[in-house]
Amino acid sequence: MTEVYEFVLSHPDMVARWGVDHVTLSLVAMVIAAMLGCTLGVFIAGKGRERLADGVLYLAEIMMTVPSLALFGLLMLLLGYMGLSAIGFVPAVITLIVYGQLPILRNTYTAIRQVDPAVIEAGRGMGMTERQLLFKVKFPLALPVIMAGLRNATVLIVGIAAIAALIGAGGLGVPIFRGLRNARMDLIIIGGVLVSVLALMVDGLLSLLARWMTPRGLGVESK
Amino acid sequence: MIRLENVTKVYPDGTVAVRRVSFEVLKGELCVLLGPSGCGKTTTMKMINRLIAMTDGSIYIDGSDNSTMDETELRRNIGYAIQDVGLFPHMTVGENIETVPALKGWTKAEQRKRAEELLELLRMRPHEYIEKYPRELSGGERQRVGVARALGGDPPVLLMDEPFGAIDPITRLELQNEFLKIQQEIKKTIILVTHDIYEAIKMGDKIALMKEGQLVQYAPPADLLFRPKDSFVAGFVGADRGLKGLQLIRTREVMWKSPPTAHPDEKTEAARKRMKQYGIDRLAVIEPDGKFRGWASASDAQGAGRVKEITKISSVAAGKNAVLSEALSLMLTSGSDVLAVVDQHNRLEGVVTFETIQETMREAVQGGASQ
Repeated sequence: MTEVYEFVLSHPDMVARWGVDHVTLSLVAMVIAAMLGCTLGVFIAGKGRERLADGVLYLAEIMMTVPSLALFGLLMLLLGYMGLSAIGFVPAVITLIVYGQLPILRNTYTAIRQVDPAVIEAGRGMGMTERQLLFKVKFPLALPVIMAGLRNATVLIVGIAAIAALIGAGGLGVPIFRGLRNARMDLIIIGGVLVSVLALMVDGLLSLLARWMTPRGLGVESK
Repeated sequence: MIRLENVTKVYPDGTVAVRRVSFEVLKGELCVLLGPSGCGKTTTMKMINRLIAMTDGSIYIDGSDNSTMDETELRRNIGYAIQDVGLFPHMTVGENIETVPALKGWTKAEQRKRAEELLELLRMRPHEYIEKYPRELSGGERQRVGVARALGGDPPVLLMDEPFGAIDPITRLELQNEFLKIQQEIKKTIILVTHDIYEAIKMGDKIALMKEGQLVQYAPPADLLFRPKDSFVAGFVGADRGLKGLQLIRTREVMWKSPPTAHPDEKTEAARKRMKQYGIDRLAVIEPDGKFRGWASASDAQGAGRVKEITKISSVAAGKNAVLSEALSLMLTSGSDVLAVVDQHNRLEGVVTFETIQETMREAVQGGASQ
């Protein structure tokens, strides 16, 4: 344990670098994944798109089952083939976005579909446009479940971002893998503990955000 | 106000939901669309605000063809209340009622004022309810808010799909009565869908009875009951149409106005004479201020003494707006064949007897049969 302390105290800049890289990577991936997932989720929840929804959700599930390491590898091949840089920040972000899709998509889709049809009919019958229905009725009502999906995705992304170190994207995976190669327990612990702490913190923040955003009338306590 | 001409709905799979339905609802009238489930009544209603697109025919609202109007604009000017209410759970009662005013671009202050007015109209104290959320309300209160919301934009036309459906029978009766009173004030043109014949008879100025997508008979409730067009209508209104007809007539229409009465301090002798004179065996006893006290019967009035000594005090009385079925029910439960009709201060207005009711219904049924 003392080695861990000593290392942190003697190399604060390095630890900070890994931490900041990790946060940046996760954050960028998360924001894009959220926007993409919510939009796509709302879209496939639309009327008459049941078959499309099945297809999209199925695809997202398959992506989930591919081991993250393999996905990084596959993406390297793909990007290399397209003549783009196959290592570093961009491929890492893309992989993380793909990973975050399933929980966000699934929750958004389910939440929108589960809004009480009577509520939607009432809104439409009173002369709301489809857009107003979506933003004033469906979305606020679906929000608690969508937020749960976002939290799920975030924890997942923060965790998997550690593996991004393997393709040169930096982050807290760097000390973990370096420690593994050199049998340096202190480095493994620093990386591992910080990843966990970061995941918990982000989850806690999002939970607060969810509680703040949940309309009061729903009476749903976010956990 | 609302005119349907050969309105037809055919679904893509060929099912004909509504076939050439035509009728007209006059301004301020309440028209009930009645029929068994699957008869096309809800479909017909939803074609009016174009929640369902019609296949053929036309619908005119206040003279203009509804297919030429902007869909959302059309709906904002037609109140809409449904059985499941569909209140927005994430909005307060006030915000729910303000939905259409907000869509119409009223100012915040105007919206709030409207919400308060409507809560007042539905006998819900605004300051108590306006900030509540739907989940904090009882079933009956939700239905009220649903109706208030439908009235939000002060639409001339109101569509109601089983608006009193999902509540217990007692609350339903209460709401129906209240709504009838409100309608007296607001005089909207209303189309109300129900499968409940009692509700139809009670609420409707006219009833459109539908069967398998077609309009079978469009007539006032009394005509439907006593002049059914065919065996389907007769079957639907049921063998107890006489009993149902009791709902159509109010006590004030048949009561004996200013009947002979007795005062508590009168001699029984005088009361007995009066009964004999009118050929009746009971007199309503009223206080000097006109309040109904009870009954004095001829058999008790044989001896000397004062009327108050033989008065059977009774609090059973009907209002003058009570329907005959209520009056009859009061008679049956109190075991009496006469019933006092009183105003809201319990002052005697008249008397209804069992014979009156019998006579009235006999006339109604005969009147129907002779046409």
